[in-house]
Amino acid sequence: MSKPKVGFYWCASCGGCEEAVIDLAEDILPIVEAVDIVFWPVAMDFKRADVEALSDGELAVSFINGSVRSSEQYEMVGLLRAKSQLIVAFGSCAHLGGIPGLANMFDRKEMFEEIYLRLPSVNNDKRVMPAEEITVPEGKLTLPASWDTVKTLDQVIEVDYYLPGCPPPVDLIKEAVNAILSGELPPKGSVLAPDVALCEECPRRDSKPEELALKEFKRPHEIEIDPEKCLLAQGLLCLGPVTRKGCGASCVSVNMPCTGCMGPTGRVMDYGAKALSAIASSVDSKDEHEISAILDRIVDPVGTFYRYSLPASLLHRCYQQTASEDEGKEQ
Amino acid sequence: MSQVETGSNGTPKVGVYVCHCGINISQKVEISETVEFAKKLPYVTVVREYKFMCSDPGQELIQQDIREGLVDRVVVASCSPLMHEHTFRGAMAAGGGNPFLFQMANIREHVSWVTVDKKAATKKAKALIAAAVERIALHQPLERVQVPVHPDVLVVGGGIAGIHAALTLADSGKKVYLVEREPTIGGHMAKLDKTFPTLDCSACILTPKMSAVGAHPNITLWTYSEVTKVDGYVGNFKVTVKRKPRYVDEEKCVGCLECIEACIFKEGKFRSEFDEGLSKRKPVYIPFPQATPLVAVIDPETCIEFKTGKCKKSCAEVCAPEAIDFEQTEKIKEIEVGAIVLATGFKTFDAARVSRYGYGKYPNVYTSLEVERLVNAAGPTGGEVLLDNGKKPKTVGIVHCVGSRDENTNPYCSRVCCMYSLKLAHLLQERTGAEIYDFYIDMRTPGKGYEEFYERVSQEKVHFIRGRVGEITDWAMEPEEVGKLVMRAEDTLMGAVRRVPVDMVVLAVGLEPQDDAEEVRRIFNIGCSHDGWFLERHPKLAPVSTFTDGVFLAGACQGPKDIPDSVAQAGAAASEAMAIIDRGYVELEPNTAFIIEDLCSGCKTCVAICPFSATSFDEEKKVVVVNGALCKGCGTCVAACPSGALQQNLFTDEQIFHEIKGVVSYV
Amino acid sequence: MSDNEASKEPFEPKIVAFFCNWCTYTAADLAGTARMVYAPNIRVVRIMCSGRLDPQFVLAAFRDGADGVLIGGCHPGDCHYQEGNYYALRRFTLLKKLLKSMGIEEARLRLEWIAASEGDKVKKVMNDMTEAVRELGPLRLEPRAYDLIQAQPAAEIEVTTSAQEVHHE
Repeated sequence: MSKPKVGFYWCASCGGCEEAVIDLAEDILPIVEAVDIVFWPVAMDFKRADVEALSDGELAVSFINGSVRSSEQYEMVGLLRAKSQLIVAFGSCAHLGGIPGLANMFDRKEMFEEIYLRLPSVNNDKRVMPAEEITVPEGKLTLPASWDTVKTLDQVIEVDYYLPGCPPPVDLIKEAVNAILSGELPPKGSVLAPDVALCEECPRRDSKPEELALKEFKRPHEIEIDPEKCLLAQGLLCLGPVTRKGCGASCVSVNMPCTGCMGPTGRVMDYGAKALSAIASSVDSKDEHEISAILDRIVDPVGTFYRYSLPASLLHRCYQQTASEDEGKEQ
Repeated sequence: MSQVETGSNGTPKVGVYVCHCGINISQKVEISETVEFAKKLPYVTVVREYKFMCSDPGQELIQQDIREGLVDRVVVASCSPLMHEHTFRGAMAAGGGNPFLFQMANIREHVSWVTVDKKAATKKAKALIAAAVERIALHQPLERVQVPVHPDVLVVGGGIAGIHAALTLADSGKKVYLVEREPTIGGHMAKLDKTFPTLDCSACILTPKMSAVGAHPNITLWTYSEVTKVDGYVGNFKVTVKRKPRYVDEEKCVGCLECIEACIFKEGKFRSEFDEGLSKRKPVYIPFPQATPLVAVIDPETCIEFKTGKCKKSCAEVCAPEAIDFEQTEKIKEIEVGAIVLATGFKTFDAARVSRYGYGKYPNVYTSLEVERLVNAAGPTGGEVLLDNGKKPKTVGIVHCVGSRDENTNPYCSRVCCMYSLKLAHLLQERTGAEIYDFYIDMRTPGKGYEEFYERVSQEKVHFIRGRVGEITDWAMEPEEVGKLVMRAEDTLMGAVRRVPVDMVVLAVGLEPQDDAEEVRRIFNIGCSHDGWFLERHPKLAPVSTFTDGVFLAGACQGPKDIPDSVAQAGAAASEAMAIIDRGYVELEPNTAFIIEDLCSGCKTCVAICPFSATSFDEEKKVVVVNGALCKGCGTCVAACPSGALQQNLFTDEQIFHEIKGVVSYV
Repeated sequence: MSDNEASKEPFEPKIVAFFCNWCTYTAADLAGTARMVYAPNIRVVRIMCSGRLDPQFVLAAFRDGADGVLIGGCHPGDCHYQEGNYYALRRFTLLKKLLKSMGIEEARLRLEWIAASEGDKVKKVMNDMTEAVRELGPLRLEPRAYDLIQAQPAAEIEVTTSAQEVHHE
């Protein structure tokens, strides 16, 4: 019997997810032994035509990382969907939109202008902007179209499983691969990680008091962090209580508060809304103005609560950015 | 995410029943249109309409459909759930269904009664029906938990209402704690002379009841005490009572008055609270001869021993039972009771607030309560009504509605002032032979024998003048006004401004909530209406209940009331309390929080949130546990739970998400 | 409501209200009993306490088609459950900040303390909020121009047509 065929693909992502596969180290050997990797642009020289040549469902599984924000990505994930029995959304970006999803605070026009015209390191006197199609002396050039809104993988194709994390923790990758190979998979749509929040595996758990009574939010550079004590209890905005465990509390273990890359647990619909509910519930004040002043210390609520999940949020994106247009005019 | 859980029943079968409520709903909502709409909603198997769903035949419609297996979940689109949810849940249960597979769509109070346009009303009704149908599919069968009831009762306030409630309860065999703030029970009624309309002597009818309280084996009377904290819930309240030191041992004092006699102050020197300041008392005193308990009290604010530590303490020397105890300290008592009757009463309006009536400025301007003391044979003057010059008044003016029916003070009618003014008119005339001028706005005498009393007094030497008094002054414009108080008012029947010179004025002050009503309300977790009176659960159908189960209201703390009404209400409150206690258990609403332990990370976010300590962290299991008996079902912890591991029965996230979807996405 | 219908009829805002059982829902019942007429645009979801209000509910209401969300609870200090309304206030405050940075106009989310006796306030708030949201127009959460799954021809893209020249290094 031939070995199951596997594909990897990346969309809008940083490459960290590919690194995570490499981080399997020697554990990758038995996997490679067990499967046939037939598509992995970052590591192997297979082309789109090779995928197109496969029959539908010929791929046992495709691991796709990155969010989807261009016509090219959309076409490729559609193609892989057709050719694959299983699609695994690999990493925060494919799962929830990830860091690239923060582009949903803007639209494409604002983003292009910022990136190609306004950033201090940009030198673009002729105001050249990306175009889908352009004629040069040598002929016609095309680029994929960028979208206004970054999407999660499951907003454009059907997804069977999710491997959360930025990047997914090595142990979870191994477990997922083994589960796929052995056929012992949870129900379709599952996130392949424990359905409990991070506090459960946090080494600082026992130091978390029953009442946080937060009067002030601090940022990590502002204090000398006690390496033993619950970070929330030290006034740091740690999102561990809201975030799925499975990472081994790696950030918290090195004095960095959890920023939520593993996403919410299974019963939460909107990560950011839940996070803000839990955090606001721990604020110690009954006075309207004081509450507002304490919470003003969270300077960027969207970036804080939706760092990895703005496209997956109930509202998917931000809706008006009149302020940034004004800035453009000033320049 | 939302799975419809159907258990062994298979697919949910939702029945929708649209009520016309006579024409209350149907005149604004197109019933047939909502019926057609409801037929297309998910899982709906039966849709019916009926004139009055709450009637027996209406309920029977539901029960029959349940019995025939046509429906297992029910939505009734009718009035507010606060009105009839209980009724329909009962109907569900009687029909063999689970009472919690039920939801109401409020298309009367929230739709037909508040909307003009029929189309808009119909649309809104549809949205509310869709919301109810969307959520009902996710309802789970639930059971009410039964919790045993503590058989004792707390009565707060020892006026006539509290006394009557305590005696009624005690006579039925309940053990009652009666807590009174003052050194004696009796309240306002003890200060009154006669009572309208029968002119019974107030003391003659009250004091036997007071001594019955003092002697009753089932009543623990704690005077000079206040409730400081109430925890728990219906059937199981934990109450903290602060017993202020009276510096006299209640167990030892025999009420012989020797200590008062022996006090180094030969005469009373300090304002007598009981006599409204019309007499003086000593630092050691008994408020009045029939005080219950008949135990002296020492006021540390005025007692030389407390102020200087150098008194020779003659009071203690003469006290044979050695009851005087300067070392006594405040005591905190903790008791458990199953029900609470609040009878904290009222205060009278401060007449000085209406400066144009000269109260506090002219010595012969009195409040009605002061006059009660003056005309009382046991009062400070032995029942003699004398002016500051020592003479009897020849003319007396009475001003109605002082602090009532007045947009500058209180808009409401204090209900008792017309009647007590008539009574005082009669008594003053009887005592002094004076001519009475009675200034009223409207004469309000509804009550058994009240109008007849008015008729009777009008035959006496009383002049009734319809008009609000504008001013009381000693500024004479005519020779006959010299040395008199002149009452200026528009006589609205005569259509002219009148100046009436009198020797004495009685201000018929209205009733107001106690100064600390707000604090008391918080302690007992009940509501106040906007004018500060304690709020009853329903003005008609639950007039002595509050929004906190097991806490009942009696007397004027709920609103101005005369003695018969206070006593009737006290009886009602007592029997409501008895109903809870005699049943022996209370059923707790199952809308409590619960934890899905597997999902709990032990982050403890919820623990500090619960004011009832229902959520706690289990150190063994490292998860949060919910004590269903302590949970009151607010859901605040559920909203905070960052994992969705805490949920609330009848208000799960899924149910509410579906309700939201239903309420906005259909129409 | 489809776009066709919407264009025929004037805009009628849809507002979801979350009212606590003990104060604001009771007040809304009182407004009904007193036959106080008010705008039919606000549809009430009953929760036991404003403290039950999960900010997710507000977002879900917007996502499902609400143009505004009203939260009603007991006045501070009056909560039937002692402090639930303070939790509502804290969450509301942060949610408001979040929504503001997400470009949702502030008037679309409102928190009001309405006591059981304040039927007239229910009427006033219902009318005020309906008018404020009517003024703002419908909340449009539909996809953007370039969210259409098909790539757009370059000519329709404003920023790109103005720069038809490739910059060579």
